[in-house]
Amino acid sequence: MTATVVTGMGVMAPTGLGTRRFWERTMAGQAAIGRITAFDPEQYSSKLAGEITGFAPGEHLTGRLLPQTDRMTRLALVAADWALQDAAVDAAALPEFGLGVVTASSAGGFEFGHRELDKLWRRGPEHVSAYQSFAWFYAVNTGQISIRHGMRGPSGALVTEQAGGLDAVAQARRQVRGGVAAMVCGSVDGSPCPWGWVAQLAGGRISRSEDPGRAYLPFDVDAAGYVPGDGGALFVLESEDGAQERGVSSWHGEIAGYAATFDPPPGSGRPPTLLRAIELALADAGIDADGIDVVFADGAGVPELDRAEADALRAVFGAYGVPVTVPKTMTGRLGGGGSALDLAAALLTLRHGEIPPTVNVSRPRPEYELDLVTQPRQGPVSVALVLARGYGGFNAAMVVTRRGENELNSGRKAE
Amino acid sequence: MSELTLVGLTAILRESAGEDESSTLQGDIMDAEFSELGYDSIALMETAGRIQIDYGVVLADDVVVQARTPRELLRLVNRSISGV
Repeated sequence: MTATVVTGMGVMAPTGLGTRRFWERTMAGQAAIGRITAFDPEQYSSKLAGEITGFAPGEHLTGRLLPQTDRMTRLALVAADWALQDAAVDAAALPEFGLGVVTASSAGGFEFGHRELDKLWRRGPEHVSAYQSFAWFYAVNTGQISIRHGMRGPSGALVTEQAGGLDAVAQARRQVRGGVAAMVCGSVDGSPCPWGWVAQLAGGRISRSEDPGRAYLPFDVDAAGYVPGDGGALFVLESEDGAQERGVSSWHGEIAGYAATFDPPPGSGRPPTLLRAIELALADAGIDADGIDVVFADGAGVPELDRAEADALRAVFGAYGVPVTVPKTMTGRLGGGGSALDLAAALLTLRHGEIPPTVNVSRPRPEYELDLVTQPRQGPVSVALVLARGYGGFNAAMVVTRRGENELNSGRKAE
Repeated sequence: MSELTLVGLTAILRESAGEDESSTLQGDIMDAEFSELGYDSIALMETAGRIQIDYGVVLADDVVVQARTPRELLRLVNRSISGV
């Protein structure tokens, strides 16, 4: 079977809009977690987030799209534009059903829905926008991206919280293997509004710290929850043969392996299945554990979840057996966008031969026996493993590799 | 209640359903089709919602989407306003 390669990437992160800015700031270890500005967080038990700032939708999207789109949809539309530009895909040159899209979303257009509910109760039903019919919906990013680019190929939307970014890319890989020329995939997620915020707080895993440098400390002795954020990344997937046929000779990497598992219900006594996801993804890639050069961990920041992930990593790689990093300590966890952004970071790590740091974690629990990368680390990286766990029991593991010498010229950017 | 004019309608269209930068709401658009102007059926329903609020005219969804041009939509609205 021909390899499935990533030919395009569009990044929307709290730490930077566009691949280059995101990577520079990530390697510099500069976090973007702070007090919420999208609304006044004073009355809530948690007040910090990784917010995207400086995004001006009117600079990228037509006025027709603005009244009908949630903030995360606007971010996703621009990320898709950038990914397609990066891949230099000419949609018109593809077969009619040759371009599709799969995105993941954990909440849909929550902020849009919040505003319309406010209008409903404050002013009456006639004030609710007709666009509410779709703007709130989990599948709205997939729909809007497909309309914008005239995509008539397979499409879909996945709802597996943090695991969604990887699950969407894996679904796109299935479609490419099935013969679709190119797939846009990944996740841009986030709901920076009071309604979205209380929904997240109800999960009980959000840090209550008001110190941006101490709020999200995965694997640390002081781990006490995580910080949410918004953003993510979208990609273009193609078969290696197809990419070469249209004259593309360089790409970000290959999606070499993937697996998803679902945890048993609480109280069953059976163990969580992240370990099984890792083993299956390695088997899918045909790569042994010692072939993995770095792991981008899920890094929940919740002690029992950190312990479960450390146990799985130790079981596969041995004590201190592989470099482990959690660059999302700089952005917070972005729902489905979080694992998509980790995938982007993993591909950039392959390209540049440098591993981004886990920031703020100064005292990793010794019994976890992790080689946690807390400072940028240089050196060739050929294979990376990305892990994600979604609220509700979803686990996903993805293996990405450099393929041959097909590295993108780092000067070429779609921004 | 005064009649809805083309100027008033284009203002509502801009506000409720947006407008592309390559402005299509200028000049003689009285008989231009909404689809050519970039407004689909949901945009018309959104527009009808605003007309209802501003002019007190209730247009059913299945009626408003039958208006293909500004002239046809204005006729529907103003017929209601004048009570004919």
